[in-house]
Amino acid sequence: MNHDPSRRAFIKAGAALGAGLTLGFHLTAARAAKLAIPTPAGEAFAPNAFIRIAPDGTVTVLVKHLEMGQGVQTGLPALVAEELEVPWQDIRVEAAPADASLYNNLLWGPMQGTGGSTAMANSYEQLRRAGATAREMLKAAAAQAWQVDQAGLKADAGAILNPATGQRLSYGQLADAAALMAVPKQVELKSAKDFKVIGKGFKRTDTRAKSDGSAQFGLDLHLDGMLTAVVARPQRFGDTLDKFDAGKALAMPGVKAVFAIPAGVAVVAADTWSAIKGREALKADWAAGPAAGLSSAAIFASYRDLAKQPGAVARNDGDAAKALAGSAQRIAAEFEVPYLAHAPMEPLNCVVQVQADGCDIWTGDQFQTMDQNNAAKVLGIAPDKVRIHTLFAGGSFGRRANAQSDYIVEAVAIAKHMGVPVKTVWTREDDIHGGYYRPCYLHALEAGLDADGRPMAWQHRIVGQSITAGTPFEAGMVKNGVDNTSVEGAANLPYAIPNLRVDLQSPKLPVPVLWWRSVGSTHTAFATEVFIDELAHAAGADPVAFRRGLLKDHPRHLAVLDLAVDKANWGKPLPPGWGRGVAVHESFNSYVAEVAEVSVQPNGEFKVERVVCAVDCGLAVTPDVVKAQMEGGIGFGLSAALHSAVTLEDGRAEQSNFDDYRILRMKEMPRIEVHIVASDAPPTGVGEPGVPPIAPAVANALFAVTGKRLRKLPLGSRVS
Amino acid sequence: MISFTVNGKPHSVDVPGDTPLLWVLRDHLRLTGTKFGCGESFCGACTVHIDGKPAKSCSVEVGKVAGKSVTTIEGIAGPVIEALRAAWSELDVPQCGYCHSGQLMRAADLLAHNPRPDDEQIDAAMNGNLCRCATYQRIRDGIHAAARRLGA
Repeated sequence: MNHDPSRRAFIKAGAALGAGLTLGFHLTAARAAKLAIPTPAGEAFAPNAFIRIAPDGTVTVLVKHLEMGQGVQTGLPALVAEELEVPWQDIRVEAAPADASLYNNLLWGPMQGTGGSTAMANSYEQLRRAGATAREMLKAAAAQAWQVDQAGLKADAGAILNPATGQRLSYGQLADAAALMAVPKQVELKSAKDFKVIGKGFKRTDTRAKSDGSAQFGLDLHLDGMLTAVVARPQRFGDTLDKFDAGKALAMPGVKAVFAIPAGVAVVAADTWSAIKGREALKADWAAGPAAGLSSAAIFASYRDLAKQPGAVARNDGDAAKALAGSAQRIAAEFEVPYLAHAPMEPLNCVVQVQADGCDIWTGDQFQTMDQNNAAKVLGIAPDKVRIHTLFAGGSFGRRANAQSDYIVEAVAIAKHMGVPVKTVWTREDDIHGGYYRPCYLHALEAGLDADGRPMAWQHRIVGQSITAGTPFEAGMVKNGVDNTSVEGAANLPYAIPNLRVDLQSPKLPVPVLWWRSVGSTHTAFATEVFIDELAHAAGADPVAFRRGLLKDHPRHLAVLDLAVDKANWGKPLPPGWGRGVAVHESFNSYVAEVAEVSVQPNGEFKVERVVCAVDCGLAVTPDVVKAQMEGGIGFGLSAALHSAVTLEDGRAEQSNFDDYRILRMKEMPRIEVHIVASDAPPTGVGEPGVPPIAPAVANALFAVTGKRLRKLPLGSRVS
Repeated sequence: MISFTVNGKPHSVDVPGDTPLLWVLRDHLRLTGTKFGCGESFCGACTVHIDGKPAKSCSVEVGKVAGKSVTTIEGIAGPVIEALRAAWSELDVPQCGYCHSGQLMRAADLLAHNPRPDDEQIDAAMNGNLCRCATYQRIRDGIHAAARRLGA
């Protein structure tokens, strides 16, 4: 066996440097599992991180990020197709295995995972280099075959071409030989003017499978001998299992086992419905925990008290208190946002098989490395013995990026107990009751204007649970008592206000919380963009002109604002009962402005009629996916703006399914236009940044029509 | 044993008659294109056709389907679904895609009865099918595009 130490060293060094750049050509699954190294010449096997070329010329791109709808299995392969010069229709896509040494998120350090709208920003250079390196190795192989200088050769539509002779060798023909070529240390990336794929109108790779029922989500997986489990969990957060009587559950048809696990009581059956019926028959008693008596009303009452006390300082420019005291006009307001469940259409689920040599997990996984570690702890094995097979997720929005790996570790515990493959299924009620919510927050703002209506002081206090406290992210995310995920979008307020203070109270509550699509900006954008509108009104200024005057040093904010208001015909009269509102916000290094048009009936019922969105996400690699993410982000944000809330009573969620945890329906979807700012800046994320501006834009539009300031979400569908 | 036809093939299943059709399709017949979203007919992800009419399979007891003909996303055929699939591809309608089996089964029923629906008719027909990714605008546009294809 001809191990090639140099290539192995390359992989390791690449991973250590954070470049993670390796590539190879084809290899059999069995060999790949056994060896991360090339095998003898002639078999053309090679180590492989991102690209495989089969003898038939098929190019497979391995995507390390979870496809949950945001289009990573389209945008990332496009980067390879561009540099490798492969026609788009010849590209195949596979989810990469869990292996942080090859597939870490470059923006997160030694961890594989998807979130923070990082996939494209991470991959833009990494995958182009992977493609370009493969291209140069294929050229080298062709040069050797033809005994010519590599410099004169050209990659063209899945083949290497010798323009001098007209000879062509396809990538399939060259794959074996290319695997033996030296990995070039430096490769030249194409210049943007030569792009054939990036920024062009190519199609998603997953649409057909998602239109004929063949796309495989975690919930769809079936293994031989597999059983299905549901878990009875405490309905009140923090309660613990006191005792349970399995008798009636075990007597139900199909039920195989009932036993306690740390999360509650597992009911394992031959199929999903039998497990659900078995759980209904289960008798379990729970001991009251720290959430007993806790209600949303009490939480907000305590938050209002906390908002009277200074918190940990997130930003402190000038002297806001002094400037406030000296201002000509003072404006104060409080904003409230509730707990929110992610409620992806695919309820949580996980398939686990525990075997002698380790454990296999199949699920739509956002946090592979963390999930490997947590699963390994349950089993007492090394994390690299936990093999994660990442499938499509039917949405996630952050729910599957959980430092506790809650939905995975319970499945591992059950599979370990059973000794056969087990699929766990969460019902919709389990999902809505299950916690890991976007925290509820209170924002208390006060600002001072001078005699000319210019804001001189801005004081912003945020009260709400820290998402990262108690997790491995705390060390990196919490500085001087400030969890950045609580203040992002507020502490970096772009408006030029000389005296500006933002501080934070982070009370601890026994309600598990988590990031939710656009994280801190889900609430900071609402508070800041409604409040700035209030200041504009107090100053007697047009909301757009007022913002413009304060954004002189923020050209990218200004550009999206200008584009959106221009396309929305800001200032042009609307029918009676209609109004416009605007918001502009940066999140995850992308800039989005949205103008919402609403119509309000005499009885106060309103409808969001139209939204004009402008986005600057740097270079738009996949323009149609960018548009889709803005459309979807606006619709997702509208769910929260109008309807969604989890409220607590006696420590339990009062909502349980889509009848009372409402999300946007077809009839409520406005007509959305998306305009992309032309840019050659490095690409930034689009999965999340469409969400934050819509709630404030709608609230501001409703103010424009009704004169009523709406400072509490959800808004409902009527202004009272 | 409960006997019925799925996608043109006869099937007999030995399950309690109150088992939802959804779980029979998914767990017993392994037709997993039909999705579980809520279990209470709030979301429409589980939409199938029973004797040609759309139904939310999470809320249909399999015992009530005896002798009937069920069509799922895997089995639906003909010019309407092909036009919808072509439109879905043309506009890249799905994002996560999980709800789209149900969306397409519902849309196919709409177009079968109303070859040129307007926005309001589309909204009314599709309002029971939730999409958490909010692909609603492209669903609307996709149905219009499919209607144009069928009219051509």
